[in-house]
Amino acid sequence: MLKVLDSAVPVACWSCSVAHNDATLFCPHCSKIQPPPGGDYFSVFELLPKLNLDLGMLEHQFHKLSRKLHPDRFARAQDNEKQWSLADTALLNDAYRTLKDPIHRTEYLLKLHGAEIGEEHAGKGRIDPSRVPADLLEEVFDLNMQLEEMRAARKVGETDAELQTSLEQAKRKFDGLMDDVDQELRAQWTAWDEGDAAARSAAQSTMVALLDRRRYLNNLVRDVTETLGAN
Amino acid sequence: MADGRVVGIDLGTTNSLVAYMQGDAPVVIPGVDGSNLVPSVVALDPLPADGGRPTVTVGNSARRALIETPERVIYSVKRLMGRGLEEVQTELRLFPFRLADDVEAGEVPRIQLGELRFTPPEISAYILRQLKRNAERFFGAPVTQAVITVPAYFNDAQRQATKDAGRMAGLEVLRLVNEPTAAALAYGLDRAKEGTIAVYDLGGGTFDISILKLRDGIFEVQSTNGDTHLGGDDIDNLLLTIALDEIHAEHGVDLRTHPSAVQAVRKAAIEAKIRLSTEPSAHFDIELPNGDRYQREIPREVFEQLIEPVLARTIGPCKQALIDAGITPEQIDEVVMVGGSTRIPAVRKLVDDLFHLAGRGKKPHIELNPDEVVALGAAVQADILAGASKTTEELLLLDVTPLSLGIEALGGVVAKIITRNSTIPASATEHFTTGVDGQTNVAIHVVQGERELASDCRSLARFDLKGIPPMTAGLPRIEVKFLIDADGILQVSAREQRSGKAAQIEVKPTYGLTDEQVETMILDSFDHAEEDFAKRQLIEARNEAESILSKVEQARTSPAWGQLRGEEIAAIDAARDRLAAAKTGEDLAVLREATLAMDRSTQRLAELMMDSAVSTAMQGKTMAAAGDDLEDNVTAPHPMAPAEFK
Repeated sequence: MLKVLDSAVPVACWSCSVAHNDATLFCPHCSKIQPPPGGDYFSVFELLPKLNLDLGMLEHQFHKLSRKLHPDRFARAQDNEKQWSLADTALLNDAYRTLKDPIHRTEYLLKLHGAEIGEEHAGKGRIDPSRVPADLLEEVFDLNMQLEEMRAARKVGETDAELQTSLEQAKRKFDGLMDDVDQELRAQWTAWDEGDAAARSAAQSTMVALLDRRRYLNNLVRDVTETLGAN
Repeated sequence: MADGRVVGIDLGTTNSLVAYMQGDAPVVIPGVDGSNLVPSVVALDPLPADGGRPTVTVGNSARRALIETPERVIYSVKRLMGRGLEEVQTELRLFPFRLADDVEAGEVPRIQLGELRFTPPEISAYILRQLKRNAERFFGAPVTQAVITVPAYFNDAQRQATKDAGRMAGLEVLRLVNEPTAAALAYGLDRAKEGTIAVYDLGGGTFDISILKLRDGIFEVQSTNGDTHLGGDDIDNLLLTIALDEIHAEHGVDLRTHPSAVQAVRKAAIEAKIRLSTEPSAHFDIELPNGDRYQREIPREVFEQLIEPVLARTIGPCKQALIDAGITPEQIDEVVMVGGSTRIPAVRKLVDDLFHLAGRGKKPHIELNPDEVVALGAAVQADILAGASKTTEELLLLDVTPLSLGIEALGGVVAKIITRNSTIPASATEHFTTGVDGQTNVAIHVVQGERELASDCRSLARFDLKGIPPMTAGLPRIEVKFLIDADGILQVSAREQRSGKAAQIEVKPTYGLTDEQVETMILDSFDHAEEDFAKRQLIEARNEAESILSKVEQARTSPAWGQLRGEEIAAIDAARDRLAAAKTGEDLAVLREATLAMDRSTQRLAELMMDSAVSTAMQGKTMAAAGDDLEDNVTAPHPMAPAEFK
């Protein structure tokens, strides 16, 4: 899935046998639907791989392609076309879901360019102490204590108004920190999109660090929200 | 056959309907009794003494059997679709059905109906077959393809069970459409609407909320939520429980041991509920088996207090859907109401409050009949799929999966691979490897749900990847592609990347029938569907001819006959001889033509009889129609209307 493919690999159309490159959803010669093309999510929409993306154009292309590719348009087609319509539309939807979200788009594009971005892990050990950002160490320690207390209180059916308020405050604070990260990320987008190789490389490392910090904050906020919400 | 009609079917908990696109508007196809709604009730007739095939009735006639022979009748079977044994057992505490006693854990539960046992998809298949027949009778042609609606919040197993039912009924299910989305389609068809709409769908047994964005004919679902066990049935059960408890306390009779008495009380409860939507109070008056009467007045305020907890259960899903769509209640431009339970004034008030409608000078949409709107939308979607209509060529539905798809990872936690509210079709690719040297199998447990632990989610299936080439632990790299198709059903494929071999996958659905099982449950042999249809048409046409011929004979003694001229009588006699001859033949076209000729020759006779008939004001009807009007006022949409379907 995450391959930058040379989109000039020629393949023959299954229907008319005329060769075309494999980055196309429809045969340029006979217009028949083709199996899912190689290439990245941006090329699905015929958009340049940029972080500052024209979302209006993205939606427009998504609707235009959906109309042509959707399985509803192939309900009575032959089986191979049905299968490709399904696979192509899944690709289209996956691509749209990824690109329309600023964070997912950033992660996706940076991964395409070889960045190592930690995978999201569900479950225990979400708060890995070794990965706590240094500036948050003390606060996270306090927060974890409070979360433990809160859960313990809940278990015996008690409510601690003071603890509740304090956790709500913490949540607001971490929400704010996330917003800061988002702004800092956006600030890097232009540098990445338009800078030279050195600027791009610098922007990339900055963003990878920001994304790590964001994921960490996100997990914290989720934990607090879950604990608060378990009334 | 490929360009035959595609019908839209609403397979409901309480009622089912079939609709189609007539020109540029969707229309519900009525049944033989003229009613648009076919109650989702299935009854097993007494078995023939000669050991012949058992017959099953569906709809209003089955509902009548509910009081007399409740042990041979089943309703609300939708609540059991795609459910496991344990879930069904909880469900059955409120319903008078018996499980077959030889069902083992892991099997699809079977319901005991009289002497026989049926799985829920089989029961649903009988309802679908009735709708199919109603449509065939209406068109005078076979119907083999359909769109069927399901609650948006239905999971994979419930969707698969619905598709299985279609196949058993001899229908190719071209698409499963989510009910709220279908309703939006029915509302959005005639107007080039733009904006954000919420569909609040409270039916007999399920609740759905969906939020959609409409733009350029594209209906893009933003989020959906719901409860597949919440609906009008729950309100009925509340009233029923109160009545049964009071009867027990006041009259010392425990009706719970009398299934048919419980059905009578349930019927009274439903009637009271319906009355309370328009009247300030409703009256219970039931005769008990010991001759006593149970009488009780239920004012609307008491009713509203009683159902408040049921209605409140719809609030959480609505709020979550708004959060998932990333919008506030004020950003909802329109709210569409679907399902019979939205007739309850308290429900309308709740929706008004929830979306701040009155304050913004808005009202929820109730213009389309809430019982029919889903079927109408299904017909629109059927027309889109048939792909041959100008009206719908610009329309497209983009729906979402209601539940997250995940894989059980180490320690029983769920790794989500496709999150809820992702537009479908959606896919995810995951890589797996082995943990032991030489290992050739990898087991994958797929679950659906939002909880963190696999044991709290719903188990969907266990996949066994087989035939992995023996290698050092960790070396094989098995790529598994999970794809949720446009029906919301999961498809899985796998490949071992180092050897390039497609790994074999053995799927063990946690709840559900295997392909082979479905095959054995097909109601009518698929191969003979066309032939059966022709046979049935001929039989129906013969019945019709027989009925006209006997009416003509009866008419000979009527005063109107005396007013006919000689040549008119001669024409009638000639037509009669021709029809009597055609009736014994095998040619449907000849028989139909002879029936029409008979009808034409008796036109004036019919008019004369009408004039002299007591209270009918019908004019210009043919003999067949006049006869029907005179008899039991049955509306027949097709001149070839057969007597009764079994």
